[in-house]
Amino acid sequence: MDILKIENLTKTYRGKTVLDIPKLNIEAGKITAIIGPSGAGKSTLLALINGIEKPDTGSIIFEDEECSRNRSYSPAAIRRMALVFQKPIMFNASVYDNIAYGLKVRKMDKAVISAKLADAAAFLGLSDLLKQKAITLSGGEAGRVSVARAMIIKPDLLLMDEPTANLDPGNVATIEDMIKKASKEYRTTVIVVTHNMFQAKRLADNIVFMLNGQIVEEGTGSNIFENPLDQRTRAFTTGNMIY
Amino acid sequence: MLVSLDPELYGIIGLSLQVTLTALFFAALTGIPLGVILALKKFPGRAIIMNVINSLMSAPPVVVGLVVYILLSNQTGLVGDHRLLFTPAAMIIAQFLLALPLMIGLTSTAILNVDKLVKLTSRSLGASPFQVALKVISEARFGLYSAMIVVFGRLLSEVGAVMMVGGNIRYMTRVMTTAIALQKGMGEFQTALALGMILLLMAFLVNGVLEMLRNYGRAS
Repeated sequence: MDILKIENLTKTYRGKTVLDIPKLNIEAGKITAIIGPSGAGKSTLLALINGIEKPDTGSIIFEDEECSRNRSYSPAAIRRMALVFQKPIMFNASVYDNIAYGLKVRKMDKAVISAKLADAAAFLGLSDLLKQKAITLSGGEAGRVSVARAMIIKPDLLLMDEPTANLDPGNVATIEDMIKKASKEYRTTVIVVTHNMFQAKRLADNIVFMLNGQIVEEGTGSNIFENPLDQRTRAFTTGNMIY
Repeated sequence: MLVSLDPELYGIIGLSLQVTLTALFFAALTGIPLGVILALKKFPGRAIIMNVINSLMSAPPVVVGLVVYILLSNQTGLVGDHRLLFTPAAMIIAQFLLALPLMIGLTSTAILNVDKLVKLTSRSLGASPFQVALKVISEARFGLYSAMIVVFGRLLSEVGAVMMVGGNIRYMTRVMTTAIALQKGMGEFQTALALGMILLLMAFLVNGVLEMLRNYGRAS
């Protein structure tokens, strides 16, 4: 079953079409990686799916809600998804308050928040940092907090824009474990934008390769990496693409 | 002067603080929400309004005083019947009008200085537009404390407008700045200087309290 259906989606900035996707369906409960070089439109696609940007034409249907040029998601639909940005912005508050933010805006009970938080913090190795000011965290710690903050709300759809960019292997492994946990245990649908092809291969059930705002090819890891249908996919995955 | 416990002096100090802090309170009450709206909402004419606010931030106090004088005058004013002219209320109105554009302008600058990702992150975590606005305001809180300090300083040191609408009436509308101007006019430079020192001390104490609030916000 598809959780997301994208049809005839285009986005133009200053006369330049940065995204043109005739059709893309995302299966519920799966991890989808979007790969491609810089400027391929990957982050724009995430922003459109999340509804923080509007398409010029076409539509995105998230479960039963449509987002198009003249139509926004309902607040309830927005609350069923979360987006982790490439730059993990920390609110000027404690680590605890940062991770609890999504639960607090949903007006959850304090005891429930506390229990959920202890669980997530232990998994991500953040238990000792909960009282610390989040703006004093290292890049790796901030990355983990940013992921924990999105995952603790258990969204139906988790969108991640380069969640492990510039992180050391230890932090990358922790975040990847968290993504797998979300997918397996909570049946969260994950769409992760990554430059890291090995990460895409490790994590994703499906991989979408984008170039110049268009989808070149999509398929499983073995399809994309071992038997690509398009020469441009092969060139990109083998590091031979000339930009 | 302070040690001699001169009741007139304490009256002047009290009125200065009363007028300044009341005007500051109302300017913050209205200016902060307006500044937030101006920074976060996109609407037609926003750029023009911002330009007008920025221009009003440097409005000469005597001009503001003159406008308030005309409005409150029982001969020419729209609200002359209320007999507010030459009362502390008139001084508060003039100070409020001076402070408002400053408060709006400094608030919107503080809000606009907050990283755009704060708003997007907050929204992406399920916050409603109102909750997003609260988060952005919370992130801009140090800028807002600074705005309060700047506006307080401007109001406490203001002389032209309060002189014009207050009239510097002894025991009624005389504040520190108008008292200093009077003493200087009378050639009492020593008294004027001493009053000036007390004014600086008042600014120091109130700024100290605001600074403590700001540091408390940082630590919590």
